[in-house]
Amino acid sequence: MEDMRLADRTASARENKITARGVQVYYGTNHAIKDVDVDIADRTVTAFIGPSGCGKSTFLRCLNRMNDTIPICRVEGRIEIDGEDIYDKRVDPVQLRARVGMVFQKPNPFPKSIYDNVAYGPRIHGLTRNRAELDEVVEKSLRRAALWNEVKDRLTSPGTGLSGGQQQRLCIARAVATSPEVLLMDEPCSALDPIATAQVEELIDELRENFSVVIVTHSMQQAARVSQRTAFFHLGNLVEFGETGQIFTNPRDPRTEAYITGRIG
Amino acid sequence: MTDASLPTTPHRGSLIEVDARTRRRNAAEKRFRLYGLVALGIGLAALVILLTSVLSNGVSAFRQTSLVLEMNLDAAVLDKKGNRDPEEMKKVTTIGYGKLIDKALKEAVAAKGIAIEGLTDKDVANMISKEAAAQVRERVLSNPDLVGETVTVKVLANGRIDGYLKGRVTMQSAERDSNVTPNQLRLADALMAEGLLVKAFNWDFITGPDASELRPEASGLGVAILGSAYMMIIVLILSLPIGVAASIYLEEFAPKNRWTDLIEVNISNLAAVPSIVFGILGLAIFINFAGLPQSAPIVGGLVLTLMTLPRIIIPTRAALGAVPPSIREAALGVGASKMQTIFHHVLPLAMPGILTGMIIGLAQALGETAPLLLIGMVAFVRDFPAAPPEGFFDPAAALPVQVYNWTQRADPGFAERASGAIIVLLVFLLVMNAVAILLRNRFERRW
Amino acid sequence: MNIAVLVLIVLAISAAGYVLGRHRALSGAQGDRRNLHSLIGYYGQTVFLFASVPALFLLAVWLFLQPMLIEARVGAMIQPSDIPEGGSATLVMSDVRRLAEGLDAAIASGAVTEEALAGLQAGDAELGSLLSDAGVALGAELRPNVLEAAKAYRSDSHGARLALTAAVIAVSLVGALLSLLRVSPEYRARNVFERFVLAALIASSLVAVLTTAGIIASLLFESIHFFQLYPAKDFFLSLTWNPQFRGGSDLGIWPLLWGTLYVSFVALIFAVPVGLLIAIYLSEYASKRLRTFAKPAIEILAGIPTIVYGLFALITVGPLLRDYFAQPLGLGTSSASVMTAGLVMGIMLIPFVSSLSDDIINAVPQSLRDGSFAIGATQSETVRQVILPAALPGIVGAILLAASRAIGETMIVVMGAGAAAKLDLNPFQAMTTITVKIVSQLTGDTEFASPETLVAFALGMMLFLFTLVLNVLALVVVRKYREQYE
Repeated sequence: MEDMRLADRTASARENKITARGVQVYYGTNHAIKDVDVDIADRTVTAFIGPSGCGKSTFLRCLNRMNDTIPICRVEGRIEIDGEDIYDKRVDPVQLRARVGMVFQKPNPFPKSIYDNVAYGPRIHGLTRNRAELDEVVEKSLRRAALWNEVKDRLTSPGTGLSGGQQQRLCIARAVATSPEVLLMDEPCSALDPIATAQVEELIDELRENFSVVIVTHSMQQAARVSQRTAFFHLGNLVEFGETGQIFTNPRDPRTEAYITGRIG
Repeated sequence: MTDASLPTTPHRGSLIEVDARTRRRNAAEKRFRLYGLVALGIGLAALVILLTSVLSNGVSAFRQTSLVLEMNLDAAVLDKKGNRDPEEMKKVTTIGYGKLIDKALKEAVAAKGIAIEGLTDKDVANMISKEAAAQVRERVLSNPDLVGETVTVKVLANGRIDGYLKGRVTMQSAERDSNVTPNQLRLADALMAEGLLVKAFNWDFITGPDASELRPEASGLGVAILGSAYMMIIVLILSLPIGVAASIYLEEFAPKNRWTDLIEVNISNLAAVPSIVFGILGLAIFINFAGLPQSAPIVGGLVLTLMTLPRIIIPTRAALGAVPPSIREAALGVGASKMQTIFHHVLPLAMPGILTGMIIGLAQALGETAPLLLIGMVAFVRDFPAAPPEGFFDPAAALPVQVYNWTQRADPGFAERASGAIIVLLVFLLVMNAVAILLRNRFERRW
Repeated sequence: MNIAVLVLIVLAISAAGYVLGRHRALSGAQGDRRNLHSLIGYYGQTVFLFASVPALFLLAVWLFLQPMLIEARVGAMIQPSDIPEGGSATLVMSDVRRLAEGLDAAIASGAVTEEALAGLQAGDAELGSLLSDAGVALGAELRPNVLEAAKAYRSDSHGARLALTAAVIAVSLVGALLSLLRVSPEYRARNVFERFVLAALIASSLVAVLTTAGIIASLLFESIHFFQLYPAKDFFLSLTWNPQFRGGSDLGIWPLLWGTLYVSFVALIFAVPVGLLIAIYLSEYASKRLRTFAKPAIEILAGIPTIVYGLFALITVGPLLRDYFAQPLGLGTSSASVMTAGLVMGIMLIPFVSSLSDDIINAVPQSLRDGSFAIGATQSETVRQVILPAALPGIVGAILLAASRAIGETMIVVMGAGAAAKLDLNPFQAMTTITVKIVSQLTGDTEFASPETLVAFALGMMLFLFTLVLNVLALVVVRKYREQYE
């Protein structure tokens, strides 16, 4: 795999936002992620694919230290954002997560109004000075999540009253509102119908202009549609990482080929 | 959508340096955590203070002060005709015995050479409990041959003297107390030194009946424990089958309609109806309407049954519901009827959970006081009820009501008794809950 | 005949029926139990049930109704003139019962024969000695009507007992016979048996409904009785509570209601924040080791009977508050006070609030916590701004239930709040509550039919209504909440 990674670097046009080196994750005694090295480029969509249980979600949750909330989980190795180790003792995960936002598999709007859902992050991080600025942030975030036109007349109604696709876009707006640099998405479309999925995929492509996006998906078609780079995980190992086109048309590892042709997974 | 920067793009410093706002937020986080810890501390401290208060006040009730006397059972007083016929000897009341005991104590004081200035005969006589004469009389009547002999008797000391030995009464308080004099306390010291005044484990407190207002030293919990036991038997016999049957119906058979919904709301509401309302029900229905006797365990048992039923039905239904449907399907699959499925398979599997709920319900019923006050269990009962089933209809006391009764009496000796009774009650509850927990840990299955 | 013997006879008939039922089924199937529709045991069991259940049911109903019917009949024999000054009809009736028991005892001991007894008159000296030998002390002079009533009571009771015995045995036999006749190999004994069991199950679940009906009936009936003797307007509007032995009482509910609400308020002010914070700490922060120790410890508080809390208020908290707060601050000299009762009740309610809130907080889905953490919220921000708002309906339900508990609590206020009915703001004053007065009015010495006693039922009615509203409200709120996350 060593040679493969070299090939990726040359393929990368943009500078790296996140670099992970030798990452190991243990759940109790279970070795869930084995020695993974990945570079996430700035303003690019990177897709993690692989069969279920391969560790792609676990690795994603390492990138904003969400695994900290699981007591038995232990992370080793080095993950840097803009050259700073996020697992450094001095780093407060609260500050980190403001810069690395996350969207989950199931839409999880808070039981508050649409406005308060989006305003939650700016409020707790103190990003605005007054109500007018907050209004502006909320509007911008909802526009970025392509939801503004649908909800602008009912910002005070509860976020849980929206449809599934709208809820997920609300969650994206909520994550975008803290102006993160990286947006992690954990199978963001798996609970949505095809039309809502198409809307969210379109949105992801637009988000690329401002953020680097990392998306975990179980759908290879989705990875092919939205991502520029793809990483294939299998049994906790990073098997292959490269340009999406190359991975899907010309995989170098036989396991990758087996997966994309449907023989494993 | 090309606008890359939000209106107020926050200043992005290094991740390594924690900014001021985050520091403030973390301080708030610590404070909040501390509030929680303090609240937990308050809860735990309340528990500890409550238990130590009751224990420290009540432990002394299990030890009782007695006088050990050499006493001549004078035949001229106790059996004038000299034929040792218990029927005739019953004519001698406790007053006659009392005089003999007084005399015996006086002689003992004189014989030991105890001299206390200003000690009157009345002081000496008042060292002895009013109950002492009855104790001796009972002993003589059960064994008339003792008359004329000199025997060693152990009789209760007066409650104040008992209090002195337990630290409740002091020389200072005796000055102000019309029921005890400092000289009596000095005499008590002297008698103790001579070994005539002794403190021993108080079995009568657990087995004996209650005593009157003026004799805290003689009061016991026997009738109350028996009364509570009778009520628990009734509650168990009635509420186990009815509760299980109702739960089976509601959980397994009841169709989902407005009626069963009403029954369910009704049961949850009954579980939260104030217990005193059940007392009113008992008074109006069981005593005034059905004419059952007051103060009887049967009425208490019925009232507690009605109160306990909803509290049993809820955990029983949970236990039945926890049996996985696969068990039911397996039984139905081999052609068992629904009734057979439930009684042969579901019920036995749910039994540990049901019994646990049952015991906890019984423990709650055992500690319940308010409804029993209204059905006349506050009455002063000295006689033990007969053996069941007739005994269910005899007047009896109940453990928690006895506590209440004692707190209403003026003599401070009863405060100690009440706390002691609480200890007995808590021991019973502890045992019941321990059994319930054991049962659950031992037999409960997690599916 | 003794009831226990009667029950044994019925059970014997039923047992015989069981054996015969099995036998008949088996012989009908030519001795091959495979030819039977149901398992053989069911044939015996159906006969057993038909022989025992209707008979025992009859026995129970009869025993319940008989004293009432006889007393109604016998009571009619007593003239108003027979009721002594200051007494009541119920007292005379209990004399009649005692007299009847005395006569029974006299006959049982052989001191008198039935025939001689019939001839006895109220004035006879012989009667007095007979009764005193039987352990019945006659009070004042015995009125002829009372003696006649006692005799009638005796003969009615005996007649009824005889009829009962005959009827119960007959029902048992007929039941056994009828069900035996139906036994044949094709007889669906299991279905019959199961229908029977199902009926029993339904009957059991109706006990709860009957209990509620009984509560409402007894409260309503005696409350109406009360309002006939005492104007409802005064009860609901008067600001004084001052019952008198000799009539002319003021029985206004307001001082009691105020005391009830004040004590409950103090209790909730203490218990809700503490309980809620405990729930939050245990579910969100505490290490597993602390939780396994602290959660059961807090729940012990819930298992302690209220009489223990009452005693705690009476001998520890009350004197403590009086000596260290009320007296130094010049606020009161009573150890029983709103504060005493409220504080101790608050302790009692802590586990109630905390365990209900704990359940509710745990029901908030993890995904909401994740969502909040992923934005960079701290744990306390997540708790305060996401979890608590999400759990709010459930927590409101828990607080309503706790309030209902506080309002209905009896022993703590009886022993800790005092007995003085006052409308006062000072929490270190003794005040009284609805439950305290229910206890004192129903355990006092006043006559049952007086407004001073009957007011307890009206108070009970108010108590029942208040708690009912709170309970149902809480139930609805919590149910809605649970549905939201299912």
